[in-house]
Amino acid sequence: MNLETIKSELEAAVPGCRLELVANPSPSGQHSLRIDAAHAVAVAVCLRDAPGLRFDLCSNVTGIDWPGKQTTEKVKLRKLVDGTQQEVEELRTTTTPGSLEVVYHLFSIEKKHGPIVLRMSTQDRDANAHLPSLTPVWRSAELQEREIFDLFGVVFDGHPDLRRLLMWDEFVDHPMRRDYVGPDDYEYEPTAHDEVLRRANQHLSEAAAKLPSEAVGNQQSETDGNRLSEGGGR
Amino acid sequence: MITDASPAAQPELEPLSETSEEQLLEIAMGPQHPSTHGVFRMNVVLDGEHVVRLKPVFGYLHRNHEKIAESETYLGSMPYTDRLDYMCPITNNWAYALAVEKLAGIQVPERAEYLRVIVGELTRLQNHACLIGFLMQDMGSSGTPLMYAFREREKILDLFESLTGARMMCNYMRFGGCRVDMPAGWLEQAQNVVREFPRFLDEYENLLVSNEILMERTQGVGVLSKELAINAGMSGPMARASGVNYDIRKVDKYSIYERFAFRVPLGAHGDVYDRYMIRFLEMRESLKILNEAMRDIPAGPIVDPKMRIRGFRPKPGEAYGRIESPKGELGFYLISNGSLNPYRYRVRPPSLINLTVLEDLCIGQNVADVVAILGSVDIVLGEVDR
Amino acid sequence: MDEKLKNELSRQGIFTTSLQELYNWGRTSSLWPLNFGLACCAIEMIATTMARYDMARFGAEVFRPSPRQADLMIVAGTVTKKMAPQVVRLYNQMPEPKYVISMGACAISGGPFKQGYNVLKGIDRYIPVDIYIPGCPPRPEALLDAFMELQKRIDRQQLTGADRPRHLNADEPSEFPVPRFGAHDLEPANNPNVWKAPLVQISQTGTSQTVLPQAGTDESRNN
Repeated sequence: MNLETIKSELEAAVPGCRLELVANPSPSGQHSLRIDAAHAVAVAVCLRDAPGLRFDLCSNVTGIDWPGKQTTEKVKLRKLVDGTQQEVEELRTTTTPGSLEVVYHLFSIEKKHGPIVLRMSTQDRDANAHLPSLTPVWRSAELQEREIFDLFGVVFDGHPDLRRLLMWDEFVDHPMRRDYVGPDDYEYEPTAHDEVLRRANQHLSEAAAKLPSEAVGNQQSETDGNRLSEGGGR
Repeated sequence: MITDASPAAQPELEPLSETSEEQLLEIAMGPQHPSTHGVFRMNVVLDGEHVVRLKPVFGYLHRNHEKIAESETYLGSMPYTDRLDYMCPITNNWAYALAVEKLAGIQVPERAEYLRVIVGELTRLQNHACLIGFLMQDMGSSGTPLMYAFREREKILDLFESLTGARMMCNYMRFGGCRVDMPAGWLEQAQNVVREFPRFLDEYENLLVSNEILMERTQGVGVLSKELAINAGMSGPMARASGVNYDIRKVDKYSIYERFAFRVPLGAHGDVYDRYMIRFLEMRESLKILNEAMRDIPAGPIVDPKMRIRGFRPKPGEAYGRIESPKGELGFYLISNGSLNPYRYRVRPPSLINLTVLEDLCIGQNVADVVAILGSVDIVLGEVDR
Repeated sequence: MDEKLKNELSRQGIFTTSLQELYNWGRTSSLWPLNFGLACCAIEMIATTMARYDMARFGAEVFRPSPRQADLMIVAGTVTKKMAPQVVRLYNQMPEPKYVISMGACAISGGPFKQGYNVLKGIDRYIPVDIYIPGCPPRPEALLDAFMELQKRIDRQQLTGADRPRHLNADEPSEFPVPRFGAHDLEPANNPNVWKAPLVQISQTGTSQTVLPQAGTDESRNN
């Protein structure tokens, strides 16, 4: 089904919605449709119910993190220095806020066509990381939107049960974001390589620096003698 | 599908409003529970024997597959896909290979397609056999049915082992083909297994299909309507048991499935019994595909000779590839930014999405039926939590 | 008792034994594992109990659903940080004498998933482990081998003396603290009384050697 015709059909059905075709240069040819958050639910209902479309299966929902980019460029400016016009070079840093994107893959069981790819973006990655939930339209998004909330930190307004899905409730980070730094527990790795090897070696040199030299050789016997004593429920 | 079964009668429940909140009992089934198929937890609220609420708790096997894959090369993620749905590693390989082939526009030679279909359908056989074995185990028939199923599974695992070198974690597919060709005599061995397999099915059917206890425990239990099945994104046998005619092998015609004559069994009631019978009938259809594929397999290369394994960088873009895995629609969504590893790597897990309706299926049922309902959904925790 | 005399007596139909032999024989021959699987390795554990590999030959087919009735815990699969407190709790609930088999690469060190933020890098950070089985997943034969190795170890145990096993030493704990869920990680990240990071030199090739640093030299630390 042609995405152009779907786009014009949606624009006719949902007045005021802003749709944008996003081309996909890969050989898969799965181009996508960016929808605006304000009209997302109306567009989704139209996609599901319009007799020609009938995208009744929302198969895959996922998030993508696009962190903000910091670009530094040298800018030549004309300034008044000591009363004369001079050309001065200045460093100017621009930061784009970045965004979190949510992607929906829709298929039609009735018409056996698809996929059509919907995309929505948040304004930034912190305070305004809100998007409307499409769970009221397709129940299949329920657990997947919870997963995105957990791992990316997108807040879905209108979701019936928005809690963390995979990590525990006390956890505060969003581990699938690109700038997430995981806990450093690489004290010892029997088969370390790459990044893990680097961090394991770092731990090793820190531990060796801490210990007095005699304690290192006797470490094994020390471990055996020092088992925890407060357990003791026998 | 099941003509002799009387329409499912719902158990008559006392009105719930008469029970006050204090009389309800909340129990946590799992994460260590013999019938949760792994480390799955359900917080069940009971009124006597009846389920009032049920909240699944996930994440006890969340091992960060997607995060790790985003720092691995494309091929480096292939062994990890084995460990997603560890009952059927080869179909996971296939779905991932298919997504990458879509992303990079790679063609697969004829012989490799046949090999994929053969190992894929063998995987389906052993998955469904084990599923019904586990389902029987959950309902109290401990021992025999599961042992029969594992006896058949071992025969198929022997085939995998002599083909790929591993019993479970096969790591068999490559982008644009398969890793190794069949060793001498493998095809005859596989044909023997396929020829013998209907005997197991007949034996199992004689033992169980019209067993009164089984019917009593499963018919009318955990009924899923067609509308809810579609809206909640059910796929695979779970959707087809509710009468949704959607098999990706037929719809997408991926690989070479359009060459084989097979039918898609559909259920009429959407209860546990239908989901159980669907697996039986699918195994019989798989045997048809296997027989045709083994008869027609051509000679030729098993991997695209132009395919470069080292330094594989697809051009920027994205692709979503999906197959009909034994559990349902297994999809991979990949975004490439032209580097060695994918920018975004996403698994669409059928096991997780099929659990969306678990609470709807269980409410009003007896607590003993919860394990039967969960068993009929067919989940593997490696895929649910990834 | 003299071995010769014992053999002579047994030929005459009189069997003699020591309390230690009898005690060890009893524990060796009916180890009841906890019916407890975590991930992929659990499927191989189930396969081990099925007809082809038949773990019943070793007296261990009675998989108990309750930790109160089990004396062997087979940690079969990846232990995630979300699951680790539950694993320690299950271990604490098992009565002494109890044994732990760490089955598969993940339970030993995190295995292929060791880079994961939610993956515990080895269950031996919280509870003592008796036998480690490498493999991903280990074959059923490997599990049987580990099981026989455990039986041999139990058979060799002394009832008295300094080498006596943990459950016969009143000073040794049989329960271990359960870690809590923190904001970023488990707290504590390991139990220092059970586990200390071995000071090993990790070389680029993946082989490791124990480091014995000499006082005053820094060479061994910087590799």
